[in-house]
Amino acid sequence: MANRKMLTLAVNDTVRNVDVATNETLLETLRRVGAVEVKCGCEKGDCGACAVLLDGMAVDSCLTLTHTVGARAITTIKGLGNAEAPHPIQTAFAERGAAQCGYCTPGMIIATQSMLNNDTDTPDEADIRQALSGNLCRCTGYTKIYDAVLESAKVMRDTAAAGEMESVK
Amino acid sequence: MNKLDSAATGEHNVNFRQIGKARTRTDSPGKVFGKTPYAGDYVMPDMLHARVLRAKVPSARMTRLDVSKARALPGVAAVLTFKDLKIGTVATDIPGQTGFKRRATDQQILVDELVRYQGEPIAIVAAETVEIAQHALSLIEVDLEPVPGVYNVFDAQKPDAPKVFGTDNLVASYKVRKGDVEVGFAAADVIVENTFTTQYIEHAFLEPEVGLGWEDEQGVINIRSSTQAVETFRYIADAMGLPHSKVRIRGALVGGGFGGKCDVTVELYIALLTKATGRPVRLGYSREDSFYGHGKRHPFIINHKTGFTRDGKITASKIDITSESGPYAFMSPYVLMYATEAGPGPYLVDHVHIDSRSIATNNMYTSAFRGFGATQACIAYEQQMDEAAKVLGIDRIELRRRNLLKTGDAIATGFKVQSAVWTEECMDRAMAALGEKPKDKGAIRYGHGLAAYQQGYGRMIWLHDTAEGWVGVEMDGTVLVRSGMTDIGAGQTSSLAQIAGELLGIDMMDITVYNSDSSTTPLAGTSSASRGLYMSGNAVRLAAEAVRDRLAARAAKHFGSTADDVDFANAQVFLKSDPRQTMPFKELVAVCASEGIHRAELAIFRAPFGDWIDPETGQGQVHPDYTYGAHAVQVAVDTETGEVTILKSIGAHDIGQAVNMAAVEGQIEGGVAQGHGYALSEELIYKDGYLVTPSLSEYLCPTSMDSPRIECIVLESRSGLGPFGAKGIGEPGHTPAAPAVANAVADAIGTRVFDFPLTPEKIANAVRKARKAG
Repeated sequence: MANRKMLTLAVNDTVRNVDVATNETLLETLRRVGAVEVKCGCEKGDCGACAVLLDGMAVDSCLTLTHTVGARAITTIKGLGNAEAPHPIQTAFAERGAAQCGYCTPGMIIATQSMLNNDTDTPDEADIRQALSGNLCRCTGYTKIYDAVLESAKVMRDTAAAGEMESVK
Repeated sequence: MNKLDSAATGEHNVNFRQIGKARTRTDSPGKVFGKTPYAGDYVMPDMLHARVLRAKVPSARMTRLDVSKARALPGVAAVLTFKDLKIGTVATDIPGQTGFKRRATDQQILVDELVRYQGEPIAIVAAETVEIAQHALSLIEVDLEPVPGVYNVFDAQKPDAPKVFGTDNLVASYKVRKGDVEVGFAAADVIVENTFTTQYIEHAFLEPEVGLGWEDEQGVINIRSSTQAVETFRYIADAMGLPHSKVRIRGALVGGGFGGKCDVTVELYIALLTKATGRPVRLGYSREDSFYGHGKRHPFIINHKTGFTRDGKITASKIDITSESGPYAFMSPYVLMYATEAGPGPYLVDHVHIDSRSIATNNMYTSAFRGFGATQACIAYEQQMDEAAKVLGIDRIELRRRNLLKTGDAIATGFKVQSAVWTEECMDRAMAALGEKPKDKGAIRYGHGLAAYQQGYGRMIWLHDTAEGWVGVEMDGTVLVRSGMTDIGAGQTSSLAQIAGELLGIDMMDITVYNSDSSTTPLAGTSSASRGLYMSGNAVRLAAEAVRDRLAARAAKHFGSTADDVDFANAQVFLKSDPRQTMPFKELVAVCASEGIHRAELAIFRAPFGDWIDPETGQGQVHPDYTYGAHAVQVAVDTETGEVTILKSIGAHDIGQAVNMAAVEGQIEGGVAQGHGYALSEELIYKDGYLVTPSLSEYLCPTSMDSPRIECIVLESRSGLGPFGAKGIGEPGHTPAAPAVANAVADAIGTRVFDFPLTPEKIANAVRKARKAG
């Protein structure tokens, strides 16, 4: 049996104490504690369905050992927004038809947020194709995902600009 | 019908309030907020975890199987082998069809004596944890003595070949004899002959197969699984010796299917282990399990010999088709039928001669995949058209134009197409959207390619297809739809809400749809064969119309008008002749409720029923109707490395009538991306029966880096058999994409690779060979 550790994990702003085996992946832990919005597609880092944010940076949770996460904030798709307070990426994915079967969607939305956090907030299609290249989608042909990402980036820029205008006033 | 009418094509949605528009789907919010439970997200108290032990070799005799150590492992609840099965086999036919019963096509559930393919299940284990179940597999002792297998369709047809299926490895064969092909060839000035081959393809849905089973208080085995076909409950019951009423399959929203979740997979193992242990059992396939655990797309070898007059009219078409079925039948006979029917493509050919066969081997078994054989047929006939154009010196589009089928023309099986055939318009629009071909730059050559197609939608008519649907109005005026149809991600349930909403004047987002439960939602058949919207859309339309008629009759009484004059929109009921006369929908419903007027309806939709085509001539009707269109592609090929970049990819299709335009585009775009992968990168490679590509890093689906923006041109002839004149589009969007890529590559490099997929290595070699020859 693998060694076990008691850890404190911050998942979507909720702090959880979890008992994990040292060989347990973050994907296994998150699904075990009920965060089943994180999807398992391959357990090998090939498909990106299990992507979550660690301090704002997308990682494949299937390739991340839970005990290495430490104090970093874990964000899943549920941590970005909900029906009452939707995140612009979620709104754009729904309205643009970017989710078909929806199984890749959590990972796609997380990868989009990571790009906007870390790489560029003014992505062009080439940036998007690069940023999402670790996330397979078998339903959409990616076209409506490109549309949704472009739109959400614009909405977020516009919102940020409006916020700055507001603070100038 | 064949003549384009601008009102139908130029102006969308003229008659509808919701139908035809690009709407946010009813299932979208749940998916983007992470709230949608998939089959794998369900757990139950006291649940066990299952794993499957698979044969590591493709052809062997099992001489010893000892599970005693596995059974003794603490935490193991059950280990089942063939000895524990009451009935050893399970049907592999289309579930629920009634028109025709196949013989001798069942599959062994667990290996009894012979292993016929690598990955064939030998034992199933249920244990307290996945780890214990996995450990138990390693304690099972199996001796497999290799026996000679057969790993290609040529060897399998030799008289002394090892027998995998029946006495001759022949799973199915068909003939088409239309006209007299010798007369046709005699009239030809030019005869073009080529052979095209295609590869094994994996569905690679993002959600691997998964399910959870439990026995309820009525002794019913319930299975919540990721499936395209809740009707497989019948086969599971038959395989366990249970009455059909004692097995219930509930779906969930499915994480992709593409035909790969039509057959029984995890469900039967879950049912057996649930019955054996009396406890809930969850079985989730790993990605590797998924590669070994469901039927693949058939490799085909298709030879075309086509006669042409000098001015490009086809005089005769002789086609020889061989598909590889692997060791079990599954959908192979039907897939072969589709390929045979589609043999000459969307062209009018008076003299057609087709021989086709599906051959068993010890490679992986093959079954349904989006397009169902018509796809492979298209890869062959559309490359053949380009090769013929080259020989004849006629423009590729023009050659097609001179031969296109039109409404009322007879296809290969003699059936005269009744709906619109707008292939020409689709070709012209797709080519126009490609624009000018860029000028070649050094080693980079640009190419344009097009493929037109014919794809049946709905089941073959001798399967006597039906779908039921239920629509009801609650006392507060809210609307419910119940349909057994599975939702595999194409927006199936959302489209039913849109149809019911259109007819009852309620916004689709306010309609609740319950679906895919074999016991409590009316059975609607599989979500396959581009039949979901066609069949269930019609059933729900009929049900909603019946409810609407009863409500309208009561409203007419209220308004002192005729029922014909009553209309429903925006949750209001009003008179068409005087829209100021209005009442809220929910008030009308309250009145109906108080008077006992029936506010619900269960409807059945029957597709055209018919008999099997003539076995000697292949003449008759196969499908209810067909979708037509064309796909155009622009590529850049690096002639040094053989690397292909798809620059433009445009699908133009007459889909009859869109229900949700965004969902229609989604079907086309997703099908096209699968076509890109089919043509260029995807291949399940079996070496003497061993799969050498069992992961998503070896089996190469297109990523975003490989995928350009895909353009859709959607025409609406309103001539289909679906609701409001819709045709099927789930498969058709995919069908022409791969051959269009192949034709674009051939255009770029001036020579053709006849063997799919067109890998960089094959392309670079073809370029070198052509240079040497030239």
